[in-house]
Amino acid sequence: MRELFPAKQVMGFVFSLILTIAALLVYYLDMSFTAGMTLLLITAFIQAGLQLIVFMHAGETKDKGSIYTNIYFGVFVALVTILGTLLCMIWGYI
Amino acid sequence: MDFFDRFAIPHPSPVIYASMVAIGLTVIAIIAGLTYFKKWGYLWREWLTTVDHKRIGIMYLISALLMLFRGGVDAIMLRAQLATPEAKLLDAQHYNEIFSTHGVVMILFMAMPFIMALMNFVVPLQIGARDVAFPRLNALSFWLFFMGAMLFNISFVIGGSPDAGWTSYFPLAGNEFSESVGTNYYMIAIQIAGIGTLMTGINFMTTILKMRTPGMTLMKMPMFTWSSLVANVIIVFAFPVLTVALALGTMDRLFGTHFFTTDAGGLDMLWANLFWVWGHPEVYILILPSFGIFSEIISTFAKRNLYGYKSMVWSMVVIAGYSFLVWAHHFFTMGQGALTNSIFSITTMAIAVPTGVKIFNWLFTLYKGKIEITTPMLYAIHFIPLFTIGGVTGVMLAMSAADYQYHNTMFLVAHFHNVIIPGVVYAMLAGLTYYWPKMFGFMLNERIGKWTVWLLSIGFLLAFMPMYITGLDGQARRMYTYSESTGYGPWNMASFIGAGIMAIGFALIVYNIYYSIRYASRDIGSDPWDARTLEWATHTPVPEYNFAISPQVASIEPFWDSKKKGQELFKGSYEKIHMPNNSGIPFIMGCIFFAWGFSFVFGIWVPLILTTIGIFVCMALRSFEIDHGHYISVDEIEETETKLRGAN
Repeated sequence: MRELFPAKQVMGFVFSLILTIAALLVYYLDMSFTAGMTLLLITAFIQAGLQLIVFMHAGETKDKGSIYTNIYFGVFVALVTILGTLLCMIWGYI
Repeated sequence: MDFFDRFAIPHPSPVIYASMVAIGLTVIAIIAGLTYFKKWGYLWREWLTTVDHKRIGIMYLISALLMLFRGGVDAIMLRAQLATPEAKLLDAQHYNEIFSTHGVVMILFMAMPFIMALMNFVVPLQIGARDVAFPRLNALSFWLFFMGAMLFNISFVIGGSPDAGWTSYFPLAGNEFSESVGTNYYMIAIQIAGIGTLMTGINFMTTILKMRTPGMTLMKMPMFTWSSLVANVIIVFAFPVLTVALALGTMDRLFGTHFFTTDAGGLDMLWANLFWVWGHPEVYILILPSFGIFSEIISTFAKRNLYGYKSMVWSMVVIAGYSFLVWAHHFFTMGQGALTNSIFSITTMAIAVPTGVKIFNWLFTLYKGKIEITTPMLYAIHFIPLFTIGGVTGVMLAMSAADYQYHNTMFLVAHFHNVIIPGVVYAMLAGLTYYWPKMFGFMLNERIGKWTVWLLSIGFLLAFMPMYITGLDGQARRMYTYSESTGYGPWNMASFIGAGIMAIGFALIVYNIYYSIRYASRDIGSDPWDARTLEWATHTPVPEYNFAISPQVASIEPFWDSKKKGQELFKGSYEKIHMPNNSGIPFIMGCIFFAWGFSFVFGIWVPLILTTIGIFVCMALRSFEIDHGHYISVDEIEETETKLRGAN
């Protein structure tokens, strides 16, 4: 019976609930803006990774390589776009 | 009648009324012709409902050629207006509308579908696949592109053209300064076509990653397939930004939001930023497949394998990464500080390195090659020096301090035409000539073809070199006139003459097609150029299933090796082949999208809601439809193969 029990998925589900609760704390507790944003960003990224790997089976086929390459490239593009935009519009704007 | 007032053109002229009549007559002629020759059924069965990548490719090709002439006529009008100082041919408003249309049409509705045409036709053949991964999605991509393009094209006769430039910068593109529905057309037509392109990106990425024939590892793929893969990856990551930017712009214009406004917390610069976050990768989406085409052509006609295959691949991958790091060089003068501009300057100049690697690889492929000058090869040989001039002026523009001098002058206009015309247009025309026999079973005339290349190159130099000079002298782009004392007159006249010569070149392409249809030999076999890759290993015309037996590949140039070293490509016997069924849903969905877009442009809400429901109904129908495709039996394959082999 042990082989049939989807332990990994159940653990993943519990963990994603914990992450959600952690994110909700930002609303219920009185934190500073920086602390709140940091918590939200960290939980969001872990949550997304969890969904991709545990529930969308990103690493389970032989396409693993292309799937992860695409995800990393996507993360790279997103970070570059956001940081670059902030650089142009706010940090580096005179 | 109040309801219909909104469809009137805000700034009419006799030419526009004449165009209206011409469009009306053309539509009537097409409908009458189809009815008279009883071709409606043929059109529906063979083309409108097709999911065959080869036919979709040909439909992209026809659309691209049509749009090339639409955009070309715009270009001639612009050059004619500027040919003499203080000219009165066009007024400021018409000039604005025409250059905006010229840019959008040439980039999004000419260059993009041209690339999609070659990609659709060639990539599945090059990797030995039977079709793309999602054939019906592919048809939907085409119809969304086509309906988007048509929606954009009717703007000048119904409601008014967009007039804020092809970049459509806010606040100029906002309601305050662009009162007509023109910019709504821009936002929504490009949105529809863009969704189609995004789908193509996903489709081809999957196709190339998943459907290669046995033995074809990633590093054994032909160069055009590699370039298409990289371009499609860029599409998938760049187009969502455009989708979002256009959606925000649409909301600003139609729903009164304040994303790009100058008041109420809006940030107009954000539009320029988002536009170029998409716009710069877009440039590489256009140029990389063009590089791929040139790589195929140069290696075929130099009779050598491509020099530095691995460095070609890596340079493209590096370009794909860099393409997302440089966008702010389009607005160095917007007000960022020196640090920001320096960062983007350096990344921009760095792109010249992998591009240079590619140029040298082509030169080394040519070196000691047995060069045969055919029309496609002539395009490639003209491309190398002309494109390099464009690249060098690009590095000049990349220096942010110097850019304050060049910004928004004719120098810039000369630069980007200098990379796009030899880079993309030549590649597409070369690819058109090169793959024409595979598509249609006869070759285009070589003599007329070479005349075309020379006319285009001479016209190109005459049209664009003067712009570098007037640009450095301070002639601003998008100015509809200038005074005689500026001294720009003679240079602009030279440009106009150059544009005229290019127009003759483009007209010769049409004549060439006509001439070759009438006189060209149909007895050309399936490999008229003595080529090297798999697309030439199948019959001409290509059967519905592409390859009766999936080819076995062991090298980068399997077809060449099979011809020269006797490597066996097709092992085994015929088996029944599974093919997708045709479907009318993509076309119908495209039509509904057209109606959706049109209602959206004019803010007519009831039809908008109804068509939105229609779109979802189409998607639901597809989801619940049971369609397992069909099989082609072994007998049928044998019959087709015998017939096609006999023809060779």
